[in-house]
Amino acid sequence: MKAITKLLSKALVVAASFSAFQATADVLQDIESRKLIRIAVPQDFPPFGSIGTNLKPQGIDIDMANYIADEMGVKVEIVPVTSANRIPYLQTKKVDLVISSLGKNPEREKAIDFSTPYAPFFLGVFGSSDVNVTKIEDLATQVIGVTRGSVEDLELEKHAPSTSDIRRFEDNNTTLTAYLTGQVDLIATGNLVAAEIAKRQPKRAPISKFMLKDSPCYIGMAEGEVALQAKVNELIKKALASGKLDEISMKWLKAPLPNGFGA
Amino acid sequence: MLYFSDLLPYSDLFFSGLMTTVELTILTTFLGIALGTSCATIKQYGHHLAKRLVTTYVELIRNTPFIVQLFFIFFGLPSIGFKLSPWEASVIALTINLGAYSTEIIRAGLNNIGKGQIEAAKVLGLNFRQMLVHVIFIPAFEKIYPALTSQCVIVMLGSAVISQISVEDLTYAANLVQSRNFRAFESYFVTAFLYLGLSVLLRFAFNLLGKRLFAFREAR
Repeated sequence: MKAITKLLSKALVVAASFSAFQATADVLQDIESRKLIRIAVPQDFPPFGSIGTNLKPQGIDIDMANYIADEMGVKVEIVPVTSANRIPYLQTKKVDLVISSLGKNPEREKAIDFSTPYAPFFLGVFGSSDVNVTKIEDLATQVIGVTRGSVEDLELEKHAPSTSDIRRFEDNNTTLTAYLTGQVDLIATGNLVAAEIAKRQPKRAPISKFMLKDSPCYIGMAEGEVALQAKVNELIKKALASGKLDEISMKWLKAPLPNGFGA
Repeated sequence: MLYFSDLLPYSDLFFSGLMTTVELTILTTFLGIALGTSCATIKQYGHHLAKRLVTTYVELIRNTPFIVQLFFIFFGLPSIGFKLSPWEASVIALTINLGAYSTEIIRAGLNNIGKGQIEAAKVLGLNFRQMLVHVIFIPAFEKIYPALTSQCVIVMLGSAVISQISVEDLTYAANLVQSRNFRAFESYFVTAFLYLGLSVLLRFAFNLLGKRLFAFREAR
């Protein structure tokens, strides 16, 4: 019994000193010296990350991970994570970056640091190209479909003019059917849903009119890694300027980045 | 704990939903019974081709779910260029539904009018209109009146389904309120109570009308 306690306490001391050592290290230097960057990506959330027919991960986040590694001139190790364990993976230093459709919120900001946004994720109003709507006030004379009780429904109720004809449907599929059959020419939904319709029904691809609620995706990294954060931000800025981000968005979301993205 | 007071801010919504259901019920009851009466008359006395057509319609509607009929009209017809508003689609769906069921009910009543009764009317020198109204339809309706009343109540209650295509009826109000304040028990309890009230009222109205229409019953 005594031996076990001794062993345990030794292990604890080792673990403690090890983690202290890790916390003070510069992750950017580590990446450069081992010529390898470990990046957490989703594998169950298309189009951000899923397993393709060749059994390899694919999606926005994988493209983004490859881009970052290429620009840094290091090899990349793709680590599939779930949405629940992506932050623990970062905190326990199992990965250097999390590119996993990660949104910002105050709780997360306490635990990790974020880059600038790299991919659009928003609730908005979408519709056929012939409907001329650019801001929420324009809805006053419009018919718009939405799923009852959804976040976009609440946003519309709060901000849309009282004269707008909001048609609430039972579930997402009914709302989409209403749009696809032409019963409504505008719908409020997420950009991922709109991308999915665009893929399945290119003829009636919903075009983004304006945003209701913006919650773009950020790259997550361990707290206090200033050098790494600066490097990632610089690479995102470069990708935004070169059109690389736009290209990724077109490829996976069938739509360009929204106006003023990353500004 | 139950919080019925949480429903108070939504009383306007419940009221307008209630009114929509009432309007829809009155409209479709009239239209549906008119359709049913016409179809029943054709089925009883009409040309054999017309009879077959009516039978097809009745069997088609009576053997498919109402929600499928509604979705077909609202979501299906636009693809062949026939776009209806949610309200129009609901009125049409409820009317053809009640029409089909009431056809069979009313036909049973017409079946009950003996040949001899019609012949007697002719012998007594009643004109065609008089014969149709007083000798055929009123006695026929008297026989099947309770069944017809029940069918109308069933259609009124079945109209809850139209909230699926965004008609802002009573059920729509209940669903919306429930999605806003999550008071499911209270919201649906009140709604169920309102539907119960509507059913009682509808039966009462039918009874009043019946007393007038079948005044000869008193004399019997």
